[in-house]
Amino acid sequence: MSEHHDHHDHAEEAPHSTFKGYMIGFVASVILTAIPFWMVMGNVLDSRNATVLIILAFAVVQIVVHMVYFLHMDFQSQGGWTMLSLIFTVVLLFITLFGSLWVMYHMNVNMMPSMMGAS
Amino acid sequence: MSNAVATPAAGNGKLEFLVRGEHHPAQGTLLGFWIYLMSDCLIFASLFATYGVLSLNFAGGPSGADLFDLELVALNTAFLLISSITYGFAVLKMQQNSLRGTIGWLAVTGVFGLCFLAVELYEFYHMIHVGAGPQRSGFLSAFFTLVGTHGLHVTFGCIWLVTLLLQLRKHGLIQENKRRVFCLSMFWHFLDVIWIGVFTYVYLMGSMV
Amino acid sequence: MSSAVQTYSDTTSAVFGRLTWDSFPFHDPIILGTFIMVAVGGIALVAALTKYKVWGYLWNEWFTSIDHKRIGVMYMILGIIMLLRGFADAIMMRLHQAMAFGDSLGYLPPHHYDQIFTAHGVIMIFFVAMPFVVGLMNYIVPLQIGARDVAFPFLNNFSFWMTASGAVLIMLSLFVGEFAKSGWLAYPPLTGILQSPGVGVDYYIWALQIAGVGTLLSGVNFVVTIVKMRAPGMTMMKMPVFTWTALCTNILIVAAFPILTAVLALLSLDRYMDFNFFTNDLGGNAMMYVNLIWIWGHPEVYILILPIFGVFSEIVSTYSGKRLFGYSSMVYATVVITVLSYLVWLHHFFTMGSGATVNSFFGITTMIISIPTGAKIFNWLFTMYRGRIQFDVPMLWTVGFMVTFVIGGMTGVLLAVPPADFVLHNSLFLIAHFHNVIIGGVVFGVFAAITYWYPKVTGYKLDPFWGKCSFWFWLIGFYVAFMPLYALGLMGVTRRMSHFEDMSLQIWFQVAAFGAVLIGLGILSFLIQLYVSYKKRDSLRDETGDPWNGRTLEWSTSSPPPQYNFAFTPQVHENDAWWQMKQHGFKPPQEGFMPIHMPKNTAAGMVLAGLATVFGFAMIWYVWWLAAVSFGALILGAIIHTFNYKRDYYIPVEEVAAVENRRAEVLA
Repeated sequence: MSEHHDHHDHAEEAPHSTFKGYMIGFVASVILTAIPFWMVMGNVLDSRNATVLIILAFAVVQIVVHMVYFLHMDFQSQGGWTMLSLIFTVVLLFITLFGSLWVMYHMNVNMMPSMMGAS
Repeated sequence: MSNAVATPAAGNGKLEFLVRGEHHPAQGTLLGFWIYLMSDCLIFASLFATYGVLSLNFAGGPSGADLFDLELVALNTAFLLISSITYGFAVLKMQQNSLRGTIGWLAVTGVFGLCFLAVELYEFYHMIHVGAGPQRSGFLSAFFTLVGTHGLHVTFGCIWLVTLLLQLRKHGLIQENKRRVFCLSMFWHFLDVIWIGVFTYVYLMGSMV
Repeated sequence: MSSAVQTYSDTTSAVFGRLTWDSFPFHDPIILGTFIMVAVGGIALVAALTKYKVWGYLWNEWFTSIDHKRIGVMYMILGIIMLLRGFADAIMMRLHQAMAFGDSLGYLPPHHYDQIFTAHGVIMIFFVAMPFVVGLMNYIVPLQIGARDVAFPFLNNFSFWMTASGAVLIMLSLFVGEFAKSGWLAYPPLTGILQSPGVGVDYYIWALQIAGVGTLLSGVNFVVTIVKMRAPGMTMMKMPVFTWTALCTNILIVAAFPILTAVLALLSLDRYMDFNFFTNDLGGNAMMYVNLIWIWGHPEVYILILPIFGVFSEIVSTYSGKRLFGYSSMVYATVVITVLSYLVWLHHFFTMGSGATVNSFFGITTMIISIPTGAKIFNWLFTMYRGRIQFDVPMLWTVGFMVTFVIGGMTGVLLAVPPADFVLHNSLFLIAHFHNVIIGGVVFGVFAAITYWYPKVTGYKLDPFWGKCSFWFWLIGFYVAFMPLYALGLMGVTRRMSHFEDMSLQIWFQVAAFGAVLIGLGILSFLIQLYVSYKKRDSLRDETGDPWNGRTLEWSTSSPPPQYNFAFTPQVHENDAWWQMKQHGFKPPQEGFMPIHMPKNTAAGMVLAGLATVFGFAMIWYVWWLAAVSFGALILGAIIHTFNYKRDYYIPVEEVAAVENRRAEVLA
């Protein structure tokens, strides 16, 4: 800590971006966006479930691409705290999302069975 | 546990208990802003969860398959994705200390942001016009709120962008401004990430019902 | 809706919205009397402040201060003021329930009684417990980690004023309009616009939204402060336990409060724009509100209790003269609680009907979370074991806490069993349980912390006699007030009742009311303690800055600490850094001082929060033009603030040297 005395904001801790990195991210995103749109708009698969799983998988991969190439996430920056907070947030996001869906689905099944399947 | 470390040092001399000279704690803005974004992410988590729970509650009204115009959504996705890469170019120009380049690419980014908002407003207007406003059903309430909250974030991002352009013109690429450009870039890319969730979970899956 | 106390008007005017003369409580003698008292008291206070010319001092040294210590003290004062309000509500409820049997209807009309129990809960959680906890963290954390301030000092000031702004709105609801009649979590559809058309729920929403922004920002602030600003050498596993618990609490704040913000926003959309999230028809689902608000609500109780665990850890090791037993297990227990607190929320509504699978999952996670908490209790006990325990007042609170909190924890585990919960849900057993953990945990902890750190803040100790009075009144009062509620709950008496038919129950409520009076004496003793200690401050003075032979870095500074906390940043080598410094005969240096870089005071936080208050008030009363103007001003003000780049200054080296030399003279 004692080697940088003279300078206030030594080098700033912002990660260094490169043109190549942005272009890889951009091209990958275009592909990862286009395929799901094509699959849904063109009714490519007969099975709805299969389509849903595939486009969700594409979404997850694209989110990772954005995180890596646009948001420059890695395990080093900020002493690993950004990555740690991201992982923590993703865990909570899953708990909130799937927890809510799970408990509310079971409530509907138990309390309003007549309305399930109506829609 | 560290007793073992401290004692021998103390034995052969003195432990230093103060930092002589000036001590600058690390700058926390980027981490702080990232943590704020994580909290924002959980606002969206709640909205996604609400949309998920209410997504089939049409109340006799229109469903996503009836309403969504995927070509429009694809156009909007393109706007947002292009604005992400143009923001990336602004950051690259900033790293080369080119003020003009930074301002130019930021302005381009803002234009794409506004295009996105215009299309979204047109979509909302159209839906309300055909009687599918947010009051119509639980599904539509959740749809308008989730997509609208994302839109509000983009709106706020545009306001911030204009502010930042003024500050860049006034003070140039000083350290504080570079930090702000970087914070806004995180915000902007973060909104793009949220949009991936929106177009997949809301529009694409909603169109398949 | 033919109620005689319709405090809103059906028509809204362009200028005043739905605010009319009827909104003021001229027709209600109880509220009018309170209003007159408050008004007279307020005018007297303002007059006194003006007469003694302290406005300038308050403005320059406190309101615009971005010193974390000043802000911490302001949070504590806010907490004390709101405690008095919240307790006034409590004693009114206890008195009413003790009276309202058979032919007697008590002295509160139901609509008034309902507002009181709602206000009591909201105030005690959001505007008493939260300010206390945040205030303690504000004052102590930077000192414990050897920092000169928090990471974002301006934001800290803004957060405080946003919290205060929420409190102002709640207090306003007492005199202008009404407060929510819905219970402290405002479940729809009762809080929907059809069932609650008045302003009460809107006061609730906007007070919490505005205060919530403050809380969230202060959470971000403290996470960054603790992560980034620790003194060199203070690795994560060398942080004081209070700082560890503060870190976990702030992580929980950042992760939980967004969900509260979101769910209240959804309720607002239902109320203001006829959306259908939680309505009964058109595809709304009211249980989704309950689900979401408890995803915030359960972490919230750990937000309150974790720092208190930290407080007790500091106190136990200081007053036992020993290093804390099992430091790392304490840290791991805290982290495990932090994560697990997100997996238990459904135990607040087992009776919703999600079925056996869901209920057993959440029942089991709830039981699991008691394990790390139990580990902590054992750590404190083993710290005391064979220590040289000094039974000063903070230690009394600690022992009182351990006994009481364990009882509350065990009734909690009982409630975690879904079949038992189906019997006890929304009964007074539940009320007794959560008061048992919140009073026995948070309140006792806050009083312990105030007694423990008071000399650090003011330079003199608190008078022990009145401290002991306060402790015993609180402890006995708590048991007298809440043990009867356990019994009543087991008999099936539900919460929030304003009238009872079964006369055999009355004696229990009368005992409980007596207990509340004892607690009132405890609060009174605390206030007397503050006064008496101030009067006797010369004999209670502590010149050393380390009155209890403390172990952590805050005790290495003078009392009160200088504005910059540390003239030299400490270098940390092990846990209990100050203890080690004392062991090595550390003497503060007399020379080599340097100018110190500090942030400048600013009025921006108070101005922006003031605008937020106006905005909230305008939204509550449908004064749309004012809402638009104040919101625009708020955004514009925030933008203008970002154009201010000169936010810091240097304390000249002569000033630092003068302060430090004065301290050296005192110590010599």
